[in-house]
Amino acid sequence: MNTETTQALPEHPKLNRLFRLQYEEAQKAYVLLYPEGMVKLNQSASEILLLCDGSRTVNAIVVALETKFNTSGLEADVRSMLQEAARRNWLDA
Amino acid sequence: MSSPSDTTTRPAGPLWLLAELTYRCPLHCVFCYNPVDYKSNTNELSTAEWKETMKQARALGAVQLGFSGGEPLLRDDLEELVAYGHELGYYTNLITSGIGLKPTRLDALKAAGLDHIQVSFQDATQAANDALSDTKTFAKKLEIATAVKAAGWPMVLNVVLHRLNLDHIDSIIELAVKLGVEYLELANTQYYGWAFKNKAALIPTHEQLKHAEERVAAWREKLGNTMKLLFVVPDYFEKTPKPCMSGWGNVFLSISPDGTALPCQAARMLPGFEFPNVKTSTVEHIWYESDGFTRYRGDAWMKDPCRTCPDKAKDYGGCRCQAYLITGDATNADPVCHKSPDHEKVVAFVDAAQRRDNPNNYLKVQKPEQQALANTAEVPVVWYRSDHNSLHLSKNGS
Repeated sequence: MNTETTQALPEHPKLNRLFRLQYEEAQKAYVLLYPEGMVKLNQSASEILLLCDGSRTVNAIVVALETKFNTSGLEADVRSMLQEAARRNWLDA
Repeated sequence: MSSPSDTTTRPAGPLWLLAELTYRCPLHCVFCYNPVDYKSNTNELSTAEWKETMKQARALGAVQLGFSGGEPLLRDDLEELVAYGHELGYYTNLITSGIGLKPTRLDALKAAGLDHIQVSFQDATQAANDALSDTKTFAKKLEIATAVKAAGWPMVLNVVLHRLNLDHIDSIIELAVKLGVEYLELANTQYYGWAFKNKAALIPTHEQLKHAEERVAAWREKLGNTMKLLFVVPDYFEKTPKPCMSGWGNVFLSISPDGTALPCQAARMLPGFEFPNVKTSTVEHIWYESDGFTRYRGDAWMKDPCRTCPDKAKDYGGCRCQAYLITGDATNADPVCHKSPDHEKVVAFVDAAQRRDNPNNYLKVQKPEQQALANTAEVPVVWYRSDHNSLHLSKNGS
């Protein structure tokens, strides 16, 4: 199995159709649902994944988040989270 | 202090609702975990009762909804229940043998919003599949699994493993690759219900398991991210118990066909319980207040060696049903644990299996009178899960 920490990111990250992202009131958090399982997401992971709809580039996702939270310098964090997401097969290749 | 109405400090609600819609099933699998006496309990909840249960469990936080059985496709209202579950925001899973999944029903389930289908195979060849289920279903299953994939669902292929099919591990994985499934669940038999009854024929040898584990590791390497291989080790071969159901009354709510609410599908066998029923109790009452769900929640009920064990928060003392089945007392440590004074009983089951001959002919035995004969010849008896055998065993003690 490939366990390298960096891997190529898709140009327009899109949530893998095997996963469903939804807000769960009982968890007070977004969760990823998949066959017979669930992952609870922290806030930054959910903010990023909500933008992975296949229409935005990684850069566009960074810009959207920096605008939303009125900040800058998020690119490294976004890329590293997306890499983790790709490693876990959450994104379409 | 917490009271049932104090929603800020009470335990978390269920995450999983398993709706065992019916015990009826067209297959007769020898490893089935359904109760051996299922035929003596043929009451089933109505559509409205299932919907109300789903609604109440969802309100407590349940988000995974499994439709299982028996064979859930035998319920004509399956599509309606799936649609309602979808509307409530559940992730809906259909756990099926595939038999009865006609193209029209596939379309209707798709329209209802079904999220995922798990299809079971018994083995990778027609002869073995059909022998283990005592049906001619292999060709049909292939057809159905192909149709499920073509309809764009994520698919889990489930194969229950045991002595009679572990050696076919490569062809089972090849079948999954051919079908293009996303997940292959290789679940070694858990010994409850019919499987417990048939364990002498089902417990594998150490060599079989070792070989299967090596093959799974090799296939994982080869397949990478394209297919996820889940291999559940049979816990009789372990020295520490499984964290059964992730803890009693912790995440899992199972509803039997007749509405009995259980912390796990097998718990019905435990004596000294009056498990609650959704016909007479709310799901909230069942989860937070009923004896059936609170008795073994947490660790206050534990005895030694669990009570003082550093792993108790990790394995919850293992499985209550296994403790009862093997030691006669559900509050004992799961005897799979090497710290259990009864661990030697589990070791003895496994050791006996090592000495047995290759079970090539077990599956030819199926009539009760032939089973009696087989017993005297020291060939392990195999009981097919069937209405006939269920009634026979209920009457004569299982």
